[in-house]
Amino acid sequence: MSEKNNKIALDIEGYLKEHENKDMLRFLTCGSVDDGKSTLIGRMLYDSKMIFDDQLSAAENESKKYGTTGEKIDMALLVDGLQSEREQGITIDVAYRFFTTENRKFIIADTPGHEQYTRNMVTGASTADVAIILIDARKGILTQTRRHSFIVNLLGIEHVIVAINKMDLVDFSEDVFNDISKAYGELANELGIQNTYYIPVSALDGDNVVDKSAHTPWFDGLPMLGLLDSMDVTKSPKSEDFRFPVQYVNRPDLDFRGFCGTIAAGSVKVGDEITVLPSGKTTKVKSIINAGDTTEENRSVTTSEAYAPMAITITTEDEVDISRGDMIVHTKNLPRVSNSLKVMLVWMDEKGMELGRNYDIKRATSVVSGSFEHINYKVDVNTYEREQVHALGLNDIASCKMLLTQPIAADAYETNRLTGSFIVVDRITNNTVGAGMIVGVSRRETDALKLSEKTYTDAEKALNLYIRENFPEWECKVV
Amino acid sequence: MITKKRLTHLKQLEAESIHILREVAAEFTNPVMMYSVGKDSSVMLHLAMKAFSPSKLPFPMLHVDTKWKFKEMIAFRDQRAKELGFDLVVHSNLEGIEMNISPFEHGSKVHTDIMKTQALKQALNAGGYDAIIGGARRDEEKSRAKERIFSFRDKHHRWDPKNQRPELWNIYNTAIQKGESVRVFPISNWTELDIWQYIYLENIKIPSLYFAKEQEIVEYEGTKIRVDDERMPEALRKTAKKEMVRFRTLGCYPLTGAINSTASTLPEIIKEMLLSTSSEREGRLIDKDQEGAMELKKIEGYF
Repeated sequence: MSEKNNKIALDIEGYLKEHENKDMLRFLTCGSVDDGKSTLIGRMLYDSKMIFDDQLSAAENESKKYGTTGEKIDMALLVDGLQSEREQGITIDVAYRFFTTENRKFIIADTPGHEQYTRNMVTGASTADVAIILIDARKGILTQTRRHSFIVNLLGIEHVIVAINKMDLVDFSEDVFNDISKAYGELANELGIQNTYYIPVSALDGDNVVDKSAHTPWFDGLPMLGLLDSMDVTKSPKSEDFRFPVQYVNRPDLDFRGFCGTIAAGSVKVGDEITVLPSGKTTKVKSIINAGDTTEENRSVTTSEAYAPMAITITTEDEVDISRGDMIVHTKNLPRVSNSLKVMLVWMDEKGMELGRNYDIKRATSVVSGSFEHINYKVDVNTYEREQVHALGLNDIASCKMLLTQPIAADAYETNRLTGSFIVVDRITNNTVGAGMIVGVSRRETDALKLSEKTYTDAEKALNLYIRENFPEWECKVV
Repeated sequence: MITKKRLTHLKQLEAESIHILREVAAEFTNPVMMYSVGKDSSVMLHLAMKAFSPSKLPFPMLHVDTKWKFKEMIAFRDQRAKELGFDLVVHSNLEGIEMNISPFEHGSKVHTDIMKTQALKQALNAGGYDAIIGGARRDEEKSRAKERIFSFRDKHHRWDPKNQRPELWNIYNTAIQKGESVRVFPISNWTELDIWQYIYLENIKIPSLYFAKEQEIVEYEGTKIRVDDERMPEALRKTAKKEMVRFRTLGCYPLTGAINSTASTLPEIIKEMLLSTSSEREGRLIDKDQEGAMELKKIEGYF
């Protein structure tokens, strides 16, 4: 019996006490089809005792049917979820998996690596703190590696673990490991990825996954699990400004009017002076209910201070008009309010993005209609080259100018992931067709709205098109 | 509980779930929460009470009664509805009752389809709900691991696993056409251990079936099931013997396997779970009908 199990058997209450205060870490795994990503995850779950006997015997049965590993149990089958995937032997969608160590609860976003599913990787990356990028030791850095790294960086993940896998197939060569590490270091610099970590791994046999491998005596770092368990992922506090997107107005009776939401950043105290945006009305915080503190017996426990990411309810001193979609902030720390935003847009739909067409833009809790007025440039995720284009297709990533029909209080994604991100919803199909990150907030452009209502002659429209196509640097609006 | 400026994993999960529940209440006109009376439902109910406190729940709780649930579950359900004052909607498939559908006679596949999946669709159509909040967790089963938190369903309540809406950050697309609906899973990111730890920390009430007791047990299709009433075939009932058992999941009594256990307190249950070598769904006969069984059931509209 392991030391951990011993503790559980002898003093479960003591064990539970210790485990009440775990941290949570979300990470993303990215690799191309044959890099052994599912195998690595299966290995982590198996070796950290998250796979139960019945699941293992199910995998054993399936290994005989679909397995690609001969006599060994195919670890990938422990995690490849859908029937259709097993038949094709590939992972086609984002899957979330969980395991726990002494210090942390982990949520893995397992995403496919091949090109046509870039949108799934963006999806998985959006909530991750750390990314594991798999590289086949025999192949080194491939186009996929560049693509994965670009997306990871685009989505603001500050920590990248480079798992150089299949080390068994290169005789655990230190030189191979060093060469790939060095090459990746250059790539990370090019992109501006802040923290990189390198581990030589054989997922198939478990080398440096949970335990340090005897095959790599030259490697003095931690194995995968040890690193995940101990790495410091506290974000550089770029912005501690209080941001509270109002989600729901709670009004059980005439005496209580509470504004519910999840704090996106910073903290708030009773008595703080607050401003409601975009209206600009000001008041003070009268009381705060931290939803987590309430019990069946006491349903209105108040607290004096709350901070991100708590789900809270605020009441105000004055009866000001506040509704869902508004943002409550400290009066002394106002974000910019505008309807004109510079954004990085990831297009996620088969049907391409049309300039000037109206979409619903959902940012935090607000839904405002808006359109993309101009494409500044499209980025090639493989070469990082910028390209002038006039339309975007599935999986295209581009810098655009977005114009909303109403102003919103906005932050740059770089400073605040939750108030600087949005999804694009098609108003006819209701599909999520794009996702974006706010790069910059311009001055209000409410006049521009009137502009688009004016009618133009065909000749004027042709001139407008000519300018947009030939002089994109002018950032000309669509009429 | 809360260290300076940092939330523990359970408090983060709690906040995320509350956020999801409020999003449903704010964005849909006629939401409903599924209430299966099990531990996950108990946690969801607890989270919903927190999310809308000091108000009452802004949506009803829906229980699909297959008429084969353990007696204690029904009693517990009614008691909680009274204590917490929520609206309880109970639905059973009347045609199925008339056909005398029995898991013993017709097998788990037919029973589940008629008394659970069909009954659920009837209840949802009757209620005209546009958002249905369920307690599924991604760690439960492989096909669940791919499910979105806001999972779109067409007019026929079908799930299309290959055509799911991308779901990023904590922004949920709630846009649907009339007749379509969204299944919402606020505890997607919780594991079985998180659920138990949270029940323990928050002192959440759960049915007594989870705790070990001496029960009348028979061996049935490789699993131990409890004798709950005389609808169990007599020949089978005659084989009953008393055993100390408890249940890791709750459902229809003929389809829910008991495990031998002496765990009669929450810490003992958690201890047993942590030291166990089999997953909680092992006791569920429903998942084993065929390979990929859960995925197929989900596509058909099962939760």
